Amino acid sequence: MRLEAIADPTLARSLGLPALALVATVLVGAFLAMLAGADPLQTFGLIVKGAAGSKFALLETLNRATPLIFTGLAVAVAFRARLWNIGAEAQLYAGALATVLIGTKLALPGAALIPLMGLGALVAGGLVLLGPVLLKTRLGVDEVVTTLLFNFIMLLLISLLLEGPLKDPMGMGWPKSEPIPRDARLPRLVEGLRLHWGFGLALVSAVAVWVIQTRTTLGYEIRAVGLNAQAARFAGIPVGAVLVKTALLSGGLAALAGYSEVAGLKGNLTLDLSPGFGYTGIVVAMLALLNPLGVVVSAIFVAGIFVGADGMSRAAEVPTYIADILLATALLFMVLAILLTKFRVRRG
Amino acid sequence: MTEIAEILLTASFWAAVLRIASPLIFATMGELICERAGVLNLGIEGIMVAGAFAGWMAVYSGMGLWGGVAVAMAAGMFFGALHAVLTVPFGLSQHVVGIGITLLATSSAYYAYRLALPEVTSPPRIEPFQPVDIPGLSDLPFIGPALFSQTPLTYFAFFTVLVVALVLYRTPLGLALRAVGENPAAVEAQGLSVTALRMGAVIVGSGLMGIGGAFLTLSAFSSFFFEMVNGRGWICIALVVFGAWMPGRALLGAVLFAAFDALQIRMQQTGLGALVPYQVFLMIPYILSILALILMSRRANVPAALMVPYNKGER
Repeated sequence: MRLEAIADPTLARSLGLPALALVATVLVGAFLAMLAGADPLQTFGLIVKGAAGSKFALLETLNRATPLIFTGLAVAVAFRARLWNIGAEAQLYAGALATVLIGTKLALPGAALIPLMGLGALVAGGLVLLGPVLLKTRLGVDEVVTTLLFNFIMLLLISLLLEGPLKDPMGMGWPKSEPIPRDARLPRLVEGLRLHWGFGLALVSAVAVWVIQTRTTLGYEIRAVGLNAQAARFAGIPVGAVLVKTALLSGGLAALAGYSEVAGLKGNLTLDLSPGFGYTGIVVAMLALLNPLGVVVSAIFVAGIFVGADGMSRAAEVPTYIADILLATALLFMVLAILLTKFRVRRG
Repeated sequence: MTEIAEILLTASFWAAVLRIASPLIFATMGELICERAGVLNLGIEGIMVAGAFAGWMAVYSGMGLWGGVAVAMAAGMFFGALHAVLTVPFGLSQHVVGIGITLLATSSAYYAYRLALPEVTSPPRIEPFQPVDIPGLSDLPFIGPALFSQTPLTYFAFFTVLVVALVLYRTPLGLALRAVGENPAAVEAQGLSVTALRMGAVIVGSGLMGIGGAFLTLSAFSSFFFEMVNGRGWICIALVVFGAWMPGRALLGAVLFAAFDALQIRMQQTGLGALVPYQVFLMIPYILSILALILMSRRANVPAALMVPYNKGER
């Protein structure tokens, strides 16, 4: 078989195929539920109810979506420049670490700490990605493997710190940091509801990234480097410098996920701060077709599946890992569907 | 320093090196085959998890150990086939598909484990492969217990390297495979199918990754637990680069890496281990992998068509 480009795909093709991908994912989910001996319709009903069935559920979904928006944006920004940042997990923890260090070591009022912690996180995350990117631009070392390996190194570093210098003396022996002061916590978006300003910051970040990508020279350069680095270099775009800027932006965004989780939700740093938000960010970004505003929608959708599956597995005998399978399936079906909106399969 | 020398002079250290190297050797050979044919397989980490689970589950439900190895290989080939279809004929991004396969294979294994064994607190055990002495050789002083008292899968791992090297460099199939990673258009001009060669390489390579995973559950440990692969797949990708895409050098890399790993485990018990936090020792394998990549970056002869999808009639 071979692929033949379609000059101008019909609307039915452009929308129908991605919709088909979602239907196929649902069918896989139904099959998985049946494997577990559960009723597929009831399972999906429970997932939807768990994700959006009540005000509490909906807020929980938005809370879970917050770090995913940040990591999704981080991946979207990087992948647009064909910078394969698979290390959002490490950058997230770097951001959380900077937040806790600034929040607990500097004796400042909360109003000063809140922006300082965010800035610290931004810088820390950017620096963590800077290493692999400089290795790529200077020495040609593939960033996929280095960013992946950094995830493991960073987690061990956090573990070391939490069992050593950063250990909370009041932590009953658990490896966790001291909490940041009460007044340095991100306030609630709406008083009385469990949704903090991290979510607001995530929305603002999405708009900011969209503006950078569509309205600035940097955004244009990032796209040019991603489409064809060699052609971009011929056109006089400093490819190395653009990749470094992309790295600082991408790493910083991922780090804000750590900032928002610590300052908005948990208050301290633990080893289970992120259940793989960095990796899930890749799925979020791909489902959004790397569009920063789409990332918000896809992050809420993905968070809904996770929160819904948690609720569902409490009621039905279906393991929560069904959520991860559904996301991986959705990712693979979706990239295939997007390809087929632009190409036709021909024989021979 | 004397402590390191003492460790290096024990036979049990070298026996451990070969044991630690074995899963890496299988998976590194698998990745090497894929990459020589032009496909980066980032599914490796998840495929190893799937192999570890499938092999263990087969034995746990009554199959023989070699049956478990076969099941692990089949599981690897299944996910490899999925990867191959998406990246070869459809030419989708090998990065995105690879990560997707890793997520899919990992979560499928975890889901199946929870379905099969709900509510287990301590993972159940199987009777794993036992060390087999090689007659004559294992009676040699020092070398015998160090090298020739391993489980069958370890011998099999070294045998696999030999087979991969022979096929790659001494057969027409190997020539075609290497060519397809360098210049697929030329292979097509010879009347061979680029699609078939690449898909075959990814499927067979993924089968080896599955066996690599199964080594963990059937030979190294006796149960399956979450996060047991723990980045070994990513390390194998670094080992392929370190080995400059050559089986012999990649083997050397895997053994060298395993030696450092075995050394860091033993160093934790020494006086130094009392001073330095254990996390520093655990970081060493990952840092070494990055150093290996940096070291080889200038000299590496990457297959020219690696990560370049081939669409017939397009140039």
